[in-house]
Amino acid sequence: MGSLIDLVGISKGFDGTLVLDDLNLSVKENAFVTLLGPSGCGKTTTLRIIGGFEHADKGKVIFDGQDISSLPPNKRQLNTVFQKYALFTHMNIAENIAFGLKIKNKPKAYIQDKIKYALKLVNLDGYENRSVDSLSGGQQQRIAIARAIVNEPRVLLLDEPLGALDLKLRQDMQYELIRLKNELGITFIYVTHDQEEALTMSDTIVVMNQGYIQQMGTPEQIYNEPENAFVADFIGESNIVHGTMIRDELVEIFGARFACVDKGFGTNAPVDVVIRPEDIDLVSPEEGTLTGVCTHLIFKGVHYEMEVTTPDGFEWLVHSTDLCPVGKEVGIHVDPFDIQIMNKPASEDEEAVGVNE
Amino acid sequence: MMKKTKDRFKQIVENFYLVFIMVFLYAPIATLIVLSFSNSKSRTQWGGFTLRWYIEMFKSATIMNALQNTLVIAFASALIATIIGTAAAIAISSMKPFPRTVIMGITNIPMLNADIVTGISLMLGFIAFGISLGFKTILIAHITFNIPYVILSVMPKLKQTNKSVYEAAMDLGASPIFAFFKVVFPDILPGVLSGFLLAFTMSLDDFIITHFTKGAGINTLSTLIYSEVRRGIKPSMYALSTVIFVTVLGLLIVTNFAPGRKRESR
Repeated sequence: MGSLIDLVGISKGFDGTLVLDDLNLSVKENAFVTLLGPSGCGKTTTLRIIGGFEHADKGKVIFDGQDISSLPPNKRQLNTVFQKYALFTHMNIAENIAFGLKIKNKPKAYIQDKIKYALKLVNLDGYENRSVDSLSGGQQQRIAIARAIVNEPRVLLLDEPLGALDLKLRQDMQYELIRLKNELGITFIYVTHDQEEALTMSDTIVVMNQGYIQQMGTPEQIYNEPENAFVADFIGESNIVHGTMIRDELVEIFGARFACVDKGFGTNAPVDVVIRPEDIDLVSPEEGTLTGVCTHLIFKGVHYEMEVTTPDGFEWLVHSTDLCPVGKEVGIHVDPFDIQIMNKPASEDEEAVGVNE
Repeated sequence: MMKKTKDRFKQIVENFYLVFIMVFLYAPIATLIVLSFSNSKSRTQWGGFTLRWYIEMFKSATIMNALQNTLVIAFASALIATIIGTAAAIAISSMKPFPRTVIMGITNIPMLNADIVTGISLMLGFIAFGISLGFKTILIAHITFNIPYVILSVMPKLKQTNKSVYEAAMDLGASPIFAFFKVVFPDILPGVLSGFLLAFTMSLDDFIITHFTKGAGINTLSTLIYSEVRRGIKPSMYALSTVIFVTVLGLLIVTNFAPGRKRESR
């Protein structure tokens, strides 16, 4: 399967501040790709460049083998779902959905069928003559999606479409979007700062920070094998500690040696070590690789959240269904495959530079 | 008990004050209206009810000519100012904050400027550029002073308009111009309409600027009344003034309530 959209060496600045720096990204047909990152990381700008609302200072946007960099939005075979719905408030629902089709001079009967089909698809049958103002936020967003998909775009761009909805509705809409994507069989490019949304829906997650792609991969890869401290920290909670790679498959943390599965970092090399809180096993002090004292305990529902302070002062975040009372001495054990080793960035700058091998 | 009396007293003072202000403001106009129906040339005596002065007014070719000029100028200048002002407001609203503030400041100056200064400077300008004073110079002058009012009434509507609505229309295949007229314009229409009505009223109302830019041989209602009054006042002028007052009042009521009603019904 070839790629449908290729961004080649895209750079973009606003008022002298570089927002995207030499960004390269390719999106395969039928993929659900999520651009994930904190605000100001350039994810929305990337989406707007694909949509044609911004033009890159440098680089090309290739769509299905054609360079579309200079095409205006109305000449691109893509449709966008905006964060604030952007429905036309002086038109009713049917007129909103028909907007794109009328411009393309489609026959009336075809438009009527399409409106019916789209409303059914977003579970709002019979809403044709309602006014925009009479709809809730979630319903408005579904109409915005319906308005986009009736045009049969090959790619649907979604700019934080669930950002304005409440938690419950957001979760429902996540499943709805996955279902839509499967029924329509088109490519989705989705922008969000919500890591849970990204993990739930995507085939591919692109983690961005400061205009650079930090890591690209499946949700499992991004979560289990973060390539640097930024990704590890941004996706879920994690313990990130300094370590020394003694040799392949052996790392030293705070003077204790842990077996791991990573190779190729050299000998006695300084590294960052990522251990997810749920991967730490609390054992008796004798069995532990490190020992510490439990200093904090919160019941979270699914699990307990604990902090174990080791003698060097580091507070390990631990998620476990087993309770360890505050003040008790415990041992810390981590299975080799739960330890993720990362190269240490030499400087703040390097941390941001592309690591997408 | 004590408090109640105090409140009562306060209420009476408030009402008295309100009535006093109203009398002060509207007594002269009421006098004018009453005199316009009085069958006597005396300014102090009531001579019985008549529509004579109104009939005289409608029969007078000079008055009707001036009325026609006034309406044509008001309508044309309001229309042109609305088109220019709306376009300007759109351009200004898409500017960066600093230039936007500067331009808005500049557009506000003509409104704050004394009419007499605007009038004299426009007159000097026309003469300097060799444009003979007449109908077209009045029209140009009225367009000039009407533009800021249109900008001011369109700007807030533009600010409320969600920019992504315009982008969404483009995204769905609309050309920029089609997108503007189909989705942005309906949103700002109440502002454009109230801008037009405001401009129309301002033009109808203007005396000073018209006086300086009109040249000889052409009159609007306000300049006609002025020149008639200098020759000795005729009761038909009361009738004319009454008609102008009622028209402007009506327009002001429409301007103030029309956009509001529209917003509520949506």
